[in-house]
Amino acid sequence: MNKQFRLIYSIVIVLLAIIATFLLSSVILLVLGANIPKTFYTILISPLTKMGHISEVLIRAIPLCIIALGVSVAYRSGIINIGAEGQMAMGILAFTAVALACPNVPKPILLPFALLMAALGGALWGFIPGILKAKLQVSELLSTVMLNYIAAQFYSFCLRVVMLDPAEKVNGSGTPQSMRLTSNIELGRITGRLHYGIVIAIVLAVFVYLLMWKTSYGYKMRASGSQSRAAKYGGINVSSYLAVAMIISGAFAGLAGGVEIAGVHRRAIEGVTNNYGFSAVVVALFGGLHPLGIIPASFFFALIIYGSTLAPRAVNVPANIVQVMQGLIIIVIVTTQMILSNKYLEDRVYRKVKHIFEKEAK
Amino acid sequence: MEDKIRLLSMEHITKRFPGVLASDDISIKVKEGEILALVGENGAGKTTLMNILMGIYQQDEGVIKINDKEVRFHGPEDAFKAGIGMVHQQYMLVPNMNVTENVALGYKKAWKPFKLDIDSVRKRVVEVSEHYGLYVNPDAYIWQLSVGEQQRVELVKTLCLGAKFLILDEPTSALTPQETDELILLLKKMKDELSIIFISHKLNEVKALSDNFTILRHGKVVFEGKTSDYAPSEIAAKMTGHEVKLPENKEKDMNGEVVLSLKDVCVKSDRGFLALDHFNLDVRAGEIVGLAGVSGNGQRELAEAINGLRSVECGTITFLGEDLANKSPYYVIDHGMGYIPEERNIEGIVPPFAIRENFILKDSDKSKFSQFKFLKKKVINENAETLRKDFDIRCPDTATSAGSLSGGNIQKVILAREITRAPKFLIAVYPTRGLDLGAIEFIHEQLLKKRREGIGILLISEELDEIINLSDRVAVIYKGSIQKVLKHNEATRSSLGILMAGVKE
Repeated sequence: MNKQFRLIYSIVIVLLAIIATFLLSSVILLVLGANIPKTFYTILISPLTKMGHISEVLIRAIPLCIIALGVSVAYRSGIINIGAEGQMAMGILAFTAVALACPNVPKPILLPFALLMAALGGALWGFIPGILKAKLQVSELLSTVMLNYIAAQFYSFCLRVVMLDPAEKVNGSGTPQSMRLTSNIELGRITGRLHYGIVIAIVLAVFVYLLMWKTSYGYKMRASGSQSRAAKYGGINVSSYLAVAMIISGAFAGLAGGVEIAGVHRRAIEGVTNNYGFSAVVVALFGGLHPLGIIPASFFFALIIYGSTLAPRAVNVPANIVQVMQGLIIIVIVTTQMILSNKYLEDRVYRKVKHIFEKEAK
Repeated sequence: MEDKIRLLSMEHITKRFPGVLASDDISIKVKEGEILALVGENGAGKTTLMNILMGIYQQDEGVIKINDKEVRFHGPEDAFKAGIGMVHQQYMLVPNMNVTENVALGYKKAWKPFKLDIDSVRKRVVEVSEHYGLYVNPDAYIWQLSVGEQQRVELVKTLCLGAKFLILDEPTSALTPQETDELILLLKKMKDELSIIFISHKLNEVKALSDNFTILRHGKVVFEGKTSDYAPSEIAAKMTGHEVKLPENKEKDMNGEVVLSLKDVCVKSDRGFLALDHFNLDVRAGEIVGLAGVSGNGQRELAEAINGLRSVECGTITFLGEDLANKSPYYVIDHGMGYIPEERNIEGIVPPFAIRENFILKDSDKSKFSQFKFLKKKVINENAETLRKDFDIRCPDTATSAGSLSGGNIQKVILAREITRAPKFLIAVYPTRGLDLGAIEFIHEQLLKKRREGIGILLISEELDEIINLSDRVAVIYKGSIQKVLKHNEATRSSLGILMAGVKE
């Protein structure tokens, strides 16, 4: 088998996947009577045409990237964190609490401190399932999802009761939200709404890469996740690394929440977690659980998320339908990845193709 | 399809896998009532060839003929219909179903519309097991059965489905010596009614059982012959391509001091009963103590207790003056214990990790391999290259994942790591289980070399030849305590066999 064949094979598979996605989505759009090419253009291309749009895509990529990095650390260590949504909410609450409590502390102290507390809030929410799994073998699928519910309710409670904006009581907009935070807690903006959180995300990506692949800590965490028995026999304290991994994972989600508030909303609002915690699990897996993959993956997912918000106005396709298409696209991509990594299939196709060519040559 | 398989032949079978030629123009022939042994080292292509015969793989070239008529099997179903059945090396049984239900899974005759005729299956199981003298309890759950019993279930299952031609893939690899002897007797009796292809690399079994043998090496037939015409050593030489003589411990007594001493140790098994019951044993520096016993008599628990992986209920484990009982694995490793665990694939290596990463499993934060917690990539790579050369680990490069290696090479990776860590003691649990002769030879030599360096070794094994060849003293374990400790010259197959069965003089 030569390189040339391998390249053509990959291109053909990817093309087939793209065609499949378009056909499947087109069926849905056809039923709706929508303009098919224009819908695709709106979702996938138009967000890249203007600087303003690109910065909107990027601000969605920032929380996705930070959370996905954390999810990948946990996943590599043998625990699947699908509780990032709750951890992010706890981070936002911790961040807002600090901001509301000390409005007069100067920015160079307050902002880092508030972000640190956001990370701690998320870390606490990650530590609980981590320690439950490490000590009592409680399934993290169960504990993280249940903690999501608790966090979501606690979040609503805080925003509706404890932290509710006093102005809401007078002329309520109907959205439970905190007071607008003071400017000494704002993260600066680069252009449009794009804020310096992007720098934090990239720094964290480098940090995760160094931690997981260059240090003995990361080595032990990955060993625990890949084969916990062998790690244990090798003298690695698997359960403590599991708990540490969940603390890191939760801290990343919490920090993502803090950054989101400091950079974009500047106040805690109900619904700002925006399912980032769940999407980030897909981003992490799609990015191959490696920072180098997670960065482009989070950009791509942010693109679809933002594109879907444009669709209702531009082509009159409801956002729900765009979410269905998102689901389709993700399934097709993941399937394509699996097909491309199947070397056996590749070999069989190669021999079939060779056979056909040989016949024709005769 | 005709009733009898008078002659089965595979002619010029070729099969390619990505990057490997697994079968290269192989031809074999088996007549009715014949037993053919398919012999070869690991990776020689024995299992692939049989999977082709079963229709699990399709050959790229060549034909399969039954009674001189060409047949084509598109899956195991077709092979079953033709009367060919295979017992795989890894048993294909559902643990939480009973014996009858497991047989029913493949027994199409009992599949009525909307109903499974389980009674007829049970009757068939009883009938077959009586006919062939294969005793199994049709109502026992698989998880309750020993490995030997599970194998009988596999045989009964295959025979119930109407197999007249049996393929057995390394049927004795997981059996105790007694179970192996029983199986061989049984198969010999069955040969009146069946033809058998028997894959093995244990030559005494080949000799005891087969009529003819075919040796495969690197996917090619290198030799064929009548078993009675050749001695096991001749077959071994033809299989490995060179003369093989397993090393023996003929060294002088080193008179070392006691380094590991277990006193009245009690340990519980996973199921909660006492697996070690007031166990006592001393091992000195520079000697190999072989621990013989039928597996499941507390060997696993012993190794785990010493290494801090299992809690000790009572007693002391004194190692170089310190009590190791209930210490963490890290503590035990740090005090100089080397350990070759029983299940090399999941306890000895991290399979997806590169070979070079597996070498530092126990030392990732030692100053040799890391500084300020950052791994020293260059040192790790150099270390891997050295070990790869010294231990003749066959791999494309040391970045290859350890899990993709053959069993023998995985064991060499573990051995290389454990030995070069300069341990003060070594515990080796079934170190050569399932390995081919070349690898066994290498591992035995390494263990003897370590003994000469003055290291004490506790060798846990069920291969009596291995124990007799290597040990200075042999201890026999039975139901969690020591039956007797024999000197090197007192230990024979028969004396050990009696003690292992629990008989005390």
